[in-house]
Amino acid sequence: MIEIKNLTKKYGKHTALSDVTVSFKPVEITAVVGPNGSGKTTLIKSILGLIGFNSGSIIISNHELNGNPIYRKDIGYMPQIPNYPENLTVNDLMKMLKDLREEKKIIDDELYDDLEIQKYSSIPIKNLSGGTKQKINAILAFMFNPSILILDEPTASLDPISSSLLKNKIVKQNSSGKSIILTSHNMSEIEELASNIVFLLEGRIYFNGLVSELKRISNEDKLERAVASIMKENKN
Amino acid sequence: MSLTYKIAKYQAKDVLRSRWLIGFTFFLGVISSGLFYFTADTEKVIVSLINIVFTIVPLIGAIFGALYYYNSKEYIIFLLSQPLKRKQIFLGLYSGIVFPLSLSLVSGLGLPVVLFIVRGSFDYLVSLIVLIGLGAVLLSVFIGISLFLSILNDDKAKGLGFTLLLWLLFSFIYDGIVLLILTAFSEYPLEVLSIVLSMLNPIDLARIIVLLNMDISVLMGYTGAIFQKFFGSFWGMALTTTALFVWIIVPLILTKIFFAKKDF
Repeated sequence: MIEIKNLTKKYGKHTALSDVTVSFKPVEITAVVGPNGSGKTTLIKSILGLIGFNSGSIIISNHELNGNPIYRKDIGYMPQIPNYPENLTVNDLMKMLKDLREEKKIIDDELYDDLEIQKYSSIPIKNLSGGTKQKINAILAFMFNPSILILDEPTASLDPISSSLLKNKIVKQNSSGKSIILTSHNMSEIEELASNIVFLLEGRIYFNGLVSELKRISNEDKLERAVASIMKENKN
Repeated sequence: MSLTYKIAKYQAKDVLRSRWLIGFTFFLGVISSGLFYFTADTEKVIVSLINIVFTIVPLIGAIFGALYYYNSKEYIIFLLSQPLKRKQIFLGLYSGIVFPLSLSLVSGLGLPVVLFIVRGSFDYLVSLIVLIGLGAVLLSVFIGISLFLSILNDDKAKGLGFTLLLWLLFSFIYDGIVLLILTAFSEYPLEVLSIVLSMLNPIDLARIIVLLNMDISVLMGYTGAIFQKFFGSFWGMALTTTALFVWIIVPLILTKIFFAKKDF
């Protein structure tokens, strides 16, 4: 469970997030959408503690963010651009993460098997394709069975088989009670996976509710058209 | 095993496998072996090595530190999204760069030293070891400075530019400025001023330590001679060595402070 209250983040004079209040509950897949520069990345970075904020509070699994990194044990993060030390092998990387997390949890290796990573395990990262790096990215995010998953463009650069395997995994994890936050520019993917949507415009929450509700208020059948019509409306 | 050590271990594993590092080791090995092979006088070899090592090694440290930081930004974000303290991450990254580069320096320059010992020549052996040790210290100083400047500047060109400018200042421009000041104020007592000015340049400090160790006043230059005159070889060396360690610690403390607050 993530509770964000009155969050404001400014970069100099520019306000990236303004008085944002939102919560992400277990058993929910919430998509965070909005045009470029609307504050999606800033919101995710705030939750991960990658950036400080000017005012407001974030409470994750009953821990208020105060600089102590322990709460990140509950989070699995899949960044948009995967980049790891290029001379390490996939095995080194997985071993490193196990060493660093020092957790006694059972490792979730379902994706490792499904995405057939075994065959790349001793290859240095620099020799892997973008798609394979993205698969590694997914494995690392799901590995420790976290109760919260933050997935930034998870299926970008994946082939259709891997993409559908990952989507199955996301749905499965969600039904086992996890909070999942998702960003994607692919609206049909969001429509397929997410039940809730947080629509950000210029650092403020424009809409926070069910995907079906957003389509209803914008009088559109498809989420892509609903989102586009709101963006257009806002531009004019 | 501490988390800082674990981060450094994997980082070092990555750097040790880089072709860049292998090239650097090979380069140092060729230069030093060449000098030993073609020059019979060890004293001259050391003076040449001082000029080469104390110019190139800080440059390599500065470039490697800055480039590694900018190329690893997404990896740093990945580490920051784990349950790790920022202090652990920063110190792990720093040590994970300093250790493999120092190892490369010691192997590259150490090989000819071993060959000399085998040949039975023990002249200036301590000075050679001091020279290699100081090379590693200068690496630590310049990696620290380059990480500090890179963390302050999100723009890679700016961060790298400032780092190179500082290296240029310490390696070449600084001596010119010092000489200019000393000439302009030659009628006044300048001993204390020249000592202070030397303390402000880590490369000068390293150079003075080796020459004090070799005890050759003719090669020490003005500041080296003053250090020896005022403090004697032992105290002069103690003071310069302490000053050099301050040069490692200050950039590290500053970087730690800025890294803790930085928005990634």
